[in-house]
Amino acid sequence: MCLAIPGQIVELFPDQPNAALIDVVGVRRKVDLGLLQDDMPVRGDWVLIHVGFAMSKISEKDAIDQMRTLRMLGEAEAAMQEVEGYGLDHAENTKAS
Amino acid sequence: MKFVDEFRDPEVITKTSEEIRRLADPNRHYRIMEVCGGHTHAIYRFGLKDLLPSNIELIHGPGCPVCVLPMGRIDDGLSIAQQPDVIFAAFGDMMRVPGTQGSPLEHKARGMDVRIVYSPSDALKLAQMNPDKHVMFFAIGFETTAPSTALTLVRAKAQSIHNFSVFCNHVTIIPAIRAILDSPDMRIDAFIGPGHVSTVIGCRPYEWIAKNENKPVAVSGFEPLDILQSIVMVLRQLKADEAKIENQYKRVVPWEGNHAALRAMADVFELRPYFEWRGLGFISQSALRIRESYAEWDAEQRFHVPGVRVTDPKAAQCGEVLKGVLKPHQCKLFGKECTPEHPIGALMVSSEGSCAAYFNYEHRKTAMVTSIASVA
Repeated sequence: MCLAIPGQIVELFPDQPNAALIDVVGVRRKVDLGLLQDDMPVRGDWVLIHVGFAMSKISEKDAIDQMRTLRMLGEAEAAMQEVEGYGLDHAENTKAS
Repeated sequence: MKFVDEFRDPEVITKTSEEIRRLADPNRHYRIMEVCGGHTHAIYRFGLKDLLPSNIELIHGPGCPVCVLPMGRIDDGLSIAQQPDVIFAAFGDMMRVPGTQGSPLEHKARGMDVRIVYSPSDALKLAQMNPDKHVMFFAIGFETTAPSTALTLVRAKAQSIHNFSVFCNHVTIIPAIRAILDSPDMRIDAFIGPGHVSTVIGCRPYEWIAKNENKPVAVSGFEPLDILQSIVMVLRQLKADEAKIENQYKRVVPWEGNHAALRAMADVFELRPYFEWRGLGFISQSALRIRESYAEWDAEQRFHVPGVRVTDPKAAQCGEVLKGVLKPHQCKLFGKECTPEHPIGALMVSSEGSCAAYFNYEHRKTAMVTSIASVA
């Protein structure tokens, strides 16, 4: 919960102005951009994500450093589980099909 | 010193460690509190204590949200979820935290519908996916997570999602620091300020600590070098008899904080007159509740909440450890009845709790050395 996970914005949605698809070392999930509305990021920007919400814009270097810190803290795996939403998207997909 | 090779800049780390030794007056004992549980975890994980002179003592602060939550609140949240068709959703960190009748995971084993979510927005999604159920999100955290809960409630209201509510346990860091400074058995020389909370609140809310209490504060990042540099910053201030707020984590923390996040919190939450903190007791204006305009999404207003108050097991000394009066291993239950596998106190549950961090890194290390010595 307290992990700050770095990710890059890979897609914005014209019909959902507060949502973005972000990439965290190859894993993608939707995050909410509402807490950055004073300084909205654009595609390609790097952000720090807390519990599914982009909280601050950071540089690519800081994003790489942050991922390294998570690995050093032994938290990288937990972070990836969080990004994957503990299978919630899978549940949603299953429900949709 | 075994972790040094793994650091990104071992030379810089060594130089910073030497700088700390130069700055620390050998005739003085320093007590520096790292407020945030993330820092506590990093300090143990990286073995930073080994890089400090013995007269610098790091005191672990109250900044682990799971650890400071009184057991009664867990019981209250679980009692709501015992009602039919209610899904209990919470962060993974909450799942093993014991209530009087067991943890959320143990309740799940007994049939309660308990789900782990990464984000409050995932809990809202769960409500949309289960229109015939009610999803109650058990919200915890400091200002790092409170804005996300706030915005989720804004989204729930805007999208008219009525089968969703929040059981709000969000707390604020400044009153806890104040309570620690007011505590007669505490003597802290300086603070390492929390990194991610400060992303939201900025650095200004700490200014009274320097102005009124004459204590230096360095808001810090989470890498080993960040923490060591922050220690250098506060030691320099102490040496010069100064007290100010310094921002070591400028690359992420803006001095003014995140205004959009602060607005979201102000729109949805108001301060509770008081709230109980495990180990620190009741602290006035230290927690958030949901405003009347969001009453429909407030689990405390929507459901009957027993308002359970549970005193911690007498033998457990979580309170003393939380305040830094006792070290984790000085608690009578540490490593015996209370272990990460069978936690009695919350400090042993979260990886950011000082007891779990101490057990996983210091205690296991010592146990290994002892067993090797006995074999030899």
